[in-house]
Amino acid sequence: LPLLQRDYRFDCVWFWGCIQGVRSSYYIAEGLGPDRAAPRSRLYSLNCIDWSLLTPATKEMLALAEQVKGRFQGDPSFEYSLAEINAEAAASLIASGKEPVMKEEARLIATIEQIDRAVGIVPRGAFVKTPLGSVHENRHFEGLSLVEAKKLSSYFHFTDPVNLKNKTLLEKADLDPSTDFLDSLEHDIPRGSWSIQLEKGGTVVVLRSLLWLGLTFYHVPMTKQFGYVYFGTGEKNLDLPFML
Amino acid sequence: HGPYQPHEPGYGLDQPGYNPYEDEIPDPQARMLAVKNAKAYLLKTSTKSGLNLYDHFANILTKILDEQPTNTVDIIENISKDVKWAQFRKKMDTLRDEPLIPPTFEAAEKCKALFIKEGGEEEHEGVEEEMGRPALPNVMEAAFYFEQAGIGLNKDESYYIFLALRNLIHVQPIQTCRFWGKILGLEMNYIIAEVQLREGEEEEETGEEGEGTTAEGEKETGEAGEEDEEKEAGPPKSTYKPPPPIPKEPNGTGTNKYVYFVCNEPGKPWVKLPPVTPAQIVCARKIKKFFTGWLDAPVVSFPPFPGNEANYLRAQIARISAGTHVSPTGFYQFGDEEEEEEGEGADTYEENPEFEPPPVAEMVDSLATWAHHVKGILKQGRCVWINPVQKSEENEEEDDEEEEEEEGEEQQEERGPPLLTLISEDEGMKDIPAWTTQASTNLIPEYSVAILQSNRWPGAYAFASGGKFENIYFGWGHKYSPESYTPELPPPAEAEFPSGPEITETVDPTVEEEMAFKIAQEEALAEAEEEEDEEGEDD
Repeated sequence: LPLLQRDYRFDCVWFWGCIQGVRSSYYIAEGLGPDRAAPRSRLYSLNCIDWSLLTPATKEMLALAEQVKGRFQGDPSFEYSLAEINAEAAASLIASGKEPVMKEEARLIATIEQIDRAVGIVPRGAFVKTPLGSVHENRHFEGLSLVEAKKLSSYFHFTDPVNLKNKTLLEKADLDPSTDFLDSLEHDIPRGSWSIQLEKGGTVVVLRSLLWLGLTFYHVPMTKQFGYVYFGTGEKNLDLPFML
Repeated sequence: HGPYQPHEPGYGLDQPGYNPYEDEIPDPQARMLAVKNAKAYLLKTSTKSGLNLYDHFANILTKILDEQPTNTVDIIENISKDVKWAQFRKKMDTLRDEPLIPPTFEAAEKCKALFIKEGGEEEHEGVEEEMGRPALPNVMEAAFYFEQAGIGLNKDESYYIFLALRNLIHVQPIQTCRFWGKILGLEMNYIIAEVQLREGEEEEETGEEGEGTTAEGEKETGEAGEEDEEKEAGPPKSTYKPPPPIPKEPNGTGTNKYVYFVCNEPGKPWVKLPPVTPAQIVCARKIKKFFTGWLDAPVVSFPPFPGNEANYLRAQIARISAGTHVSPTGFYQFGDEEEEEEGEGADTYEENPEFEPPPVAEMVDSLATWAHHVKGILKQGRCVWINPVQKSEENEEEDDEEEEEEEGEEQQEERGPPLLTLISEDEGMKDIPAWTTQASTNLIPEYSVAILQSNRWPGAYAFASGGKFENIYFGWGHKYSPESYTPELPPPAEAEFPSGPEITETVDPTVEEEMAFKIAQEEALAEAEEEEDEEGEDD
């Protein structure tokens, strides 16, 4: 990973996680520039040695990826035949002159993007927005307290906020615009799609997402350490409402 | 902002090199006065928090000069906030100390208890040495091998589990014990140990069972008495007899071969899970629910699950064990004395003393080198099929017997795959094979370990290296299905009563039909009268 950082000139490189395919697993790394909220560059590797850059996700990729179900195969050039899955999408693709297939690489890109958007979380106060609009790590962030760490409202989705504007004026008055510019986890649908656990007697708080099984977020209260990682099959848990 | 008027404070600032006060206060003495006024303004205390701006600025500058952070101008507001916060905190210091202490220290106490050696252990240790195989599994060794594959818990937790298992062995009379795995839950997780109790201890279970059946027997006689009374008056009794419950397998065989103990965290007391009944397994196949972490939580689902979370957990454990516990082929073999009977496969297996482990590369390449060593569960919910119709003899009323024999469907005898089948015969789902194999590392083939991942039960892993192998489960406890889960639909409403000619409403005759009928009748009557008259005349 440090070599990646050097080659691609990222500000920092994170190990994002691992998507397990049937035949082999994809290891994903993310690299960030100075603005943390900018679209991230993602790289994947099958053996953690050779890394390939993934193109940013487009809306079509995301739409198509939702149609494809089942495990990843483990082979980036594998093609999912869309004709079987969704005749309409296939027809629209044929109309636009492309083949009605979806490559596994595209599905990978779309899945990572979906996971990051849906369940990529950070603790409150860890990032600040400067007046210029760019987002930086808050060097004054000293961690959440134990009480705060148990509450879902102390964690934010690290994506463009959707619900922020819907809050009442009363709630908005309490918010601090430099740190509270993101959506909190409280209003996630369905309720209860996060499992919060304190491990090791409260020294580590672990949040697990039930929507994307395998996404785990950890934070050590009163310190700056936090992070999330995904280890799983890369499939959304659509049965969630039945399982709660 | 626009051009400032002379009386506004911003006037003149936009023009460089123009001291705003020069016009008004040319006098140096008056300037000192102005400075003093400004300072007095800064010293004015705020009515809300008792701070004043001057002191606050002084504190901020002191802090900045002390710490000298980089890019100070960007984080100046945060520094200001921190200084204010620090002031505030000092006042509340005395009150805040208490609440933060308990959780971490309690947990540490429990972990400490694990490390204490219990007295009276020496006898146990002697017994353990006599037995060929130590009861305590070497969790750390298994954890090491799994770590090669990237699976497992961190070392601390593995060690705690190790100690907790040791405690379990001291408390319960256990013959063999194994760390089965960890199932994640919403609020708490479960750590599960698979255990075989020593012979004598299983009698307790049968005692409970005996009580259970006698209680049922009493209930049945009670019902019969009630029925006699009710036959005279009361709503009609339903003729629906539920299919007889399929009896659970006796302890020590089939799905109940092992006894499972769970605890939420190492250090907490171990709880024994009740044996599983076929009805629970059948129902568990139909529902998909997360575990909350509390063993007595109800499982709200449709079809209603017979039991609480402890039973659901036990049912899932049984399914996972049956589906994913594998060992290298040939490690276990059937005992010499038993032959395969028709209805049942051999139940027991023993270790093959002449087992030669195949090389790791072969174990990775072909699935035929692995075999299940736990019996699969039939549709009925048991490992050994039983004909439920035989149980109808227990019913007291003769009508029921006759009905059952007539209505009873011919339940086909179910045969599951015999014990020790190779896993290469496991069906995959769609185009996904049931198992995925991997070698732990391609770089050092001499020491690599063969890893097996189940695709049907995500989270089930097995490793083999040399003669050692182990199965483990880390996951949420659900089966993988390529389609989404659909809950079972409620059964169609039953017909209230059979429709037959006596109840069916007949169509009333229309007016024309009635009139026609009446005319026909009158004609017939008239004819009859004429005949009588004729007869009368004849006489």
